[in-house]
Amino acid sequence: MSAEKISYEVAALYDNNPANLIAMLQEIQKRNRNHYLPRPELEALAECLKIAVAKVYRIATFFKAFNLEPKGEHVISLCVGTACHVRGADKILTALEGELGIVDGGTTDDLKFSIETVNCVGACALGPVAVIDGDYFGELDGEKLPEILRRFR
Amino acid sequence: MKKIENAAQLDAYRQDCVAERDPDRALIAVCTGTGCQAHGCDNVVEGLRRELAAAGLDDKVEVKTTGCHGYCEKGPLAVIRPEGILYQRVKEKHLADIVAKTIAKGEVLDKLLFFDPATKARIKLEKDVPFYKLQERLVFGDNAYIDPRSIEDYIGIGGYKALAKVLAGMAAAEVVAEVQAADLRGRGGGGFPTGRKWAAAARVESEVKYVICNADEGDPGAYMDRSLLEGNPHAIIEGMMIGAFAIGATAGYVYVRNEYPQAVRNLQCALDRARELGLLGANILGSGFNFDIHISKGGGAFVCGESSALIASIEGEVGEPRAKHIHMAESGLWGKPTVLNNVETWANVPLIINRGAAWYKGLGTEKSTGTKIFSLVGKVKNTGLVEVPMGISLREIIFDIGGGIAKNRAFKAVQTGGPSGGCIPAEHLDMPVDFDALAELGSMMGSGGMIVMDDQTCMVDVAKYFVGFLKGESCGKCTTCREGLQRMYEILDKITSGTGTPADLELLEEMAPVIQQASMCGLGKTAPNPVLSTLRYFRDEYLAHINEKRCPAGVCKALSAATQA
Repeated sequence: MSAEKISYEVAALYDNNPANLIAMLQEIQKRNRNHYLPRPELEALAECLKIAVAKVYRIATFFKAFNLEPKGEHVISLCVGTACHVRGADKILTALEGELGIVDGGTTDDLKFSIETVNCVGACALGPVAVIDGDYFGELDGEKLPEILRRFR
Repeated sequence: MKKIENAAQLDAYRQDCVAERDPDRALIAVCTGTGCQAHGCDNVVEGLRRELAAAGLDDKVEVKTTGCHGYCEKGPLAVIRPEGILYQRVKEKHLADIVAKTIAKGEVLDKLLFFDPATKARIKLEKDVPFYKLQERLVFGDNAYIDPRSIEDYIGIGGYKALAKVLAGMAAAEVVAEVQAADLRGRGGGGFPTGRKWAAAARVESEVKYVICNADEGDPGAYMDRSLLEGNPHAIIEGMMIGAFAIGATAGYVYVRNEYPQAVRNLQCALDRARELGLLGANILGSGFNFDIHISKGGGAFVCGESSALIASIEGEVGEPRAKHIHMAESGLWGKPTVLNNVETWANVPLIINRGAAWYKGLGTEKSTGTKIFSLVGKVKNTGLVEVPMGISLREIIFDIGGGIAKNRAFKAVQTGGPSGGCIPAEHLDMPVDFDALAELGSMMGSGGMIVMDDQTCMVDVAKYFVGFLKGESCGKCTTCREGLQRMYEILDKITSGTGTPADLELLEEMAPVIQQASMCGLGKTAPNPVLSTLRYFRDEYLAHINEKRCPAGVCKALSAATQA
């Protein structure tokens, strides 16, 4: 299936109505293997909705949920909400960045891991906490981290 | 599924729901809120069902998966009813004993009971545990009794009774008047009187009107809205329906954070079930009232918690706030009259209708009625969600309910009101918590986040953290917010790196009112609060960073060496 096909399908799902643009972008990203919005998809979507490509990009770049670059197979969402911050989340971030050799927002060259920081996953009792592939890893410290990453390598 | 066509049929259906549930039957209610999910509650649920089946007790004892009970610190939580025994930190290795001893023989497992450090005693019943005992769980309490995916559970505990009361016997104006009389104030942050919003929208003539539920809970450290949506979605739906009837709306939207997948799933399930029973759709309960609710998933922008930005986002536009010279009550979503309330506000509505404004006003303080759910997090012993009457003191929340400071360290401050709230020091711990008292202290209620900080928290670092957060979330429309927060951040960064000067503090204080006054929406208007409140109460910490190149809390890396010297 060509990449552009996803946009056509998703646009049809929402009756090609531009009011649903955000929901469409969420759906396209969800269906994308690398969890991002490739340019050809966005161009195809603009065509379906009969709106300017710039309009699509305006939305895609405004909201944090959208990625314009491919993401790794395992996205590590490290919570840097206030409760985790006062419990030392920044130290975990530094350790994580060192461990994977990438910075916050980055993806490893082998497309295995991405790091993103998020503002509160609402598991404050477990802070500092990270969510990897939907699973929660709480009460993180520098020692637990390498062991957790090993499971996903 | 046969549709419920009128109030009498709803009552009959309720009787059926109640009859099916023997209150004396043994039941294990396991919390499956996101916090307990993170603790591994799914394995507990499965394991309990397996053990019960193996013991041949599975048709006698029900394992109920409920929403968040609030005591996240001690998860996974299991409550054994009808006795009300609380087992905490339940692990898979305990399950065989729970079934073989407690369920089969009525023996209580001491090791799973709450241990009260004050009295050195184990506490058997949930209601006697200090964390719960001092709460007044009117809105949040039902979470522990119902499976959020079961509309029968909700109807069984009296759900949709308020809706039936409104549709059967109240005029729209009476409903508005009741909510106005209750003095319900918006739980999302501003504390604006809900009834006044409703009255304004009700006055406008329009074929199409909307109600919106703001579930874009963006304040880090606050998760009560998510827990309500996850654990008791029908209460929010019922509140919205009552509001819609009161103002004459035909459609509603719930704008929910994309980061809350379980909330979206449970809400979707609740909407589907309500539609199947005819509680949403055309001619609800035979009253001629037509209404339905749609879910709109947010794109992850903090500013979308601001009402006009949220509406822009539902319309498929970027979430930039709009000028408020036109009131939303006249021209909101797609230019139609709109009422927007927060999750917790909507969940209060059925309570007010069922028990009356006079009763509701008896709770809380004169100008802040009712209860409020707070998320008590940070350096506190009992992390979790607590619901208390307005007017209770910060000390009672943090020390009596929260159990005090983690590791018995010294309390330094409690931060309330989200990123643009303020830090309140120990000298104000006895202040009653309500909308106005918090504002007087230079903070605010916000959505109810309470982040406890101890002597190892650096207040300059905290201010920098919040300004950094808000700088990243500013939509960029107003120069003062976009550029002002950037400059504030740079100054704070300078101070925490050890190169700050006394003039920097003056500059921060000079910039703050400009950002507050010249920014259009609430984000910019309140963004300097964390800086101002820390300067007000913890100026000596700023001065230690500047004059002595020392971080008293030992947090700021560039200064740590100096601390030890």
